[in-house]
Amino acid sequence: MAVSNETSELKAGTGAAQAASGAKLSALFAGTMGPLIGLVLLCLALALTTDTFLTVRNILNVLDQVTVLGIMAIGMTLVILIGGIDLSVGSVLALASMVMGYVAYPDYLNLGVPAGIAAALVVAALCGLVSGLLVTVTKLPPFIATLAMMSVARGLANMITDGSQIVGFPDWFTNLSIVRHFGFLSVTVGLMIVLAIVFAIFLNYRATGRSLYAIGGSAEVARLSGIPVKSLTNWVYAICALLAGLAGIVLAARLDSVQPSSGVGYELDTIAAVVIGGASLSGGIGSIGGTAIGVLIIGVLRNGLNLLGVSPFIQQVVIGVVIALAVATDTWRRRRQ
Amino acid sequence: MSTEPRHSEGPHNGLFVNGLCKSYGPVQVLADASFEVRPGEVVALLGENGAGKSTVSNIIAGSTKPDAGTIIWRGKPYSPANPAAAIEAGVGMIHQELKLLPALSVAENVYVGRLPMRRGRIDRATMNAKASAQLKRLGLDVSPERKVRTLRVAAQQQVEIAKALTLNAELLILDEPTAALGGEETELLFKQIRKLKAEGMSFIYISHRLDEIAQIADRVVVMRDGRIVARHERADIPVRTVVEQMVGRSVERMFPKLSAPGTETVLEVENLSSPERSFNNVSFAVKSGEILGIAGLIGAGRTELVRAIAGADPISSGAVRVAGRPVHLSGPAAAIRAGVVLVPEDRKEQGVVLEQTIGENLAIGNFDHVAPKGWVFPKAVQRFAEAGISRLGVKGRPNQAVSKLSGGNQQKVIIAKWVSRPPKVFILDEPTRGIDVGARAAIYDVIADLARSGMAVVVVSSDLEEVLGLSHRVLVLSRGRQRGILDRDEASNVAVMELATS
Repeated sequence: MAVSNETSELKAGTGAAQAASGAKLSALFAGTMGPLIGLVLLCLALALTTDTFLTVRNILNVLDQVTVLGIMAIGMTLVILIGGIDLSVGSVLALASMVMGYVAYPDYLNLGVPAGIAAALVVAALCGLVSGLLVTVTKLPPFIATLAMMSVARGLANMITDGSQIVGFPDWFTNLSIVRHFGFLSVTVGLMIVLAIVFAIFLNYRATGRSLYAIGGSAEVARLSGIPVKSLTNWVYAICALLAGLAGIVLAARLDSVQPSSGVGYELDTIAAVVIGGASLSGGIGSIGGTAIGVLIIGVLRNGLNLLGVSPFIQQVVIGVVIALAVATDTWRRRRQ
Repeated sequence: MSTEPRHSEGPHNGLFVNGLCKSYGPVQVLADASFEVRPGEVVALLGENGAGKSTVSNIIAGSTKPDAGTIIWRGKPYSPANPAAAIEAGVGMIHQELKLLPALSVAENVYVGRLPMRRGRIDRATMNAKASAQLKRLGLDVSPERKVRTLRVAAQQQVEIAKALTLNAELLILDEPTAALGGEETELLFKQIRKLKAEGMSFIYISHRLDEIAQIADRVVVMRDGRIVARHERADIPVRTVVEQMVGRSVERMFPKLSAPGTETVLEVENLSSPERSFNNVSFAVKSGEILGIAGLIGAGRTELVRAIAGADPISSGAVRVAGRPVHLSGPAAAIRAGVVLVPEDRKEQGVVLEQTIGENLAIGNFDHVAPKGWVFPKAVQRFAEAGISRLGVKGRPNQAVSKLSGGNQQKVIIAKWVSRPPKVFILDEPTRGIDVGARAAIYDVIADLARSGMAVVVVSSDLEEVLGLSHRVLVLSRGRQRGILDRDEASNVAVMELATS
């Protein structure tokens, strides 16, 4: 797949970019001062009001809990940057995890977990490609195209096992999210961090990454400047769905099971994280650094409210308020400039 | 109310504007502006962008509040709290960007917000009949039930005027009404203005097209830097005088001296046609160092033609060759590779990404240059941007947002984006639209320089003076057909217009 091409290409150049990225680390977080301050304040408040928040164990917990959201939010950042939206990520997550279970599980195809993962990623990327083509060729608004895919992928996920879940994977697979290497880093958390770094470098220092900003700023300007807007748009939706599929595999490892009803509503959490991180839904503005902060704000908030014993219903209310506050502050700040 | 106007309440019942001031933060956009508009009179308000014309108009139309100053309208102090209050008092404004609801019918647009009702339902018959009567008064023959988005811009504008008429406007502010109109449509608009004027209506007429002023205005008010710098009691004053008052210095020459073109043919266009028939069978050739102007009325197919040559729109038949080699017109990227670049018609929508910096805007389209092997380094972008900025004389820094630049400087950024490649064919569509008179000369110099450096240059413009002053030869289009190519010495106002209206 060309996605892995892109990644290996990125790795080849990482050395060259590291010097620049070290010197210009601030650039990665440019425009995200507001959310960053919010995150710091939130952490301070929780550190003061609870005994347990500021423990290594709890911090690692937060990281574990945000891996699925974090991986999906990376893809969503790309989609929102080009002025699109992807409502199908929750359903694609469920479909990919069901495909993996079906291919890997002894009662079904029994081809082993690696084959299951490969199949899941291919199916997920295909879903994204279809969404992309609906946008670029059929000219459907992204909202509608991915709303349709949201329904289709959910239906397919249910069809695979007729709605039942698949439980029990090999230990090595579930250990990916449990065993903490070097005493702190599980494979899944590590994967999220590596992906975030790779995509941050991609968006900041690759011509293709910069082109996404141009497309989001003005698709017509980008097209007249010779940027292949349609094919990049297809790629972005494919990569977003691929990452949703990957998140489905991570979720399977965490839960030791797959079920077709998983991931309901995740698209909204994902969009919220990206937007809290300072991205503009009209495109052209946003960054992986901002999204990382947005993901952490949601993760820390959930964790903290749990530690404080706040009911999950009130948590939803609080998160809704935080979204409105974050975007309102951002809009207000921009207008003042 | 105890307002004490500096003017005594005048001998007429029109509009008196007395000492209006307005500041945004430290920037004073309007300083002590005073003028009057008599009943049944057209007053032209002239000035560069940022001179304060819009601020004055917005204050009179109720969408902005002044910091100081008073207005007397029909003998009474007038300080509208909002546009609705202004309309109530008989003052309407037609904005440059029309404010219509495209999905609704003509009649609905005219009566939106006050739809005639009968037994709790919209009385469509009455509404359509009334709207139809107003449209007839304007000499406009469209069905009141037609959807506004299916109308041409000129007709849409008349719908706005019809709306103002039904609101019993007695003073109408027209902001750049002819910016999007062709010759015939402008004529029709002028006819309507004269008719309404005879009925006692007053107009404030804002325009960049100085040649129109003598035709339509009774008096002229010139603004510069928020102040009124001249008032003329007649409208037939020399354009040069007005321009000098607008820019505040004498304008030595508008157009640069052109160098003789080379001998080598760079661009060849052969029997080019568009799928929508917006242009048909167009053929021409441009030599290196030559500037070819393309003239025609709005809708003649000029923009469509040059967009197709630049790969932005598909063609149905024909061929384009650059330096003898055929160009496969599959998209802008292919055209750019072949050396054909376009500075598009709509600067803000198609030319620049407004919220991005100058550096980022210059990097788009030049990644092969600033990003060897695909790696974009901020320093390389910075260097590239600095080179472009100094070559074109852009007033700005690489990390400055393009939205903060003036129109002229934005246009230079777009030209700077392409100039370093260097292209073989440079196409500019309406290069000075919406750009201050003072800044236009700089753009003309840049265009002449492009030709001097050996490129084949194509310039499309609705401003006839511009086409004539800037081109070695002028190609005239009318309704998609090529009516002729005139040499510089035979291309005159009259000759071009004869072909354009044929």
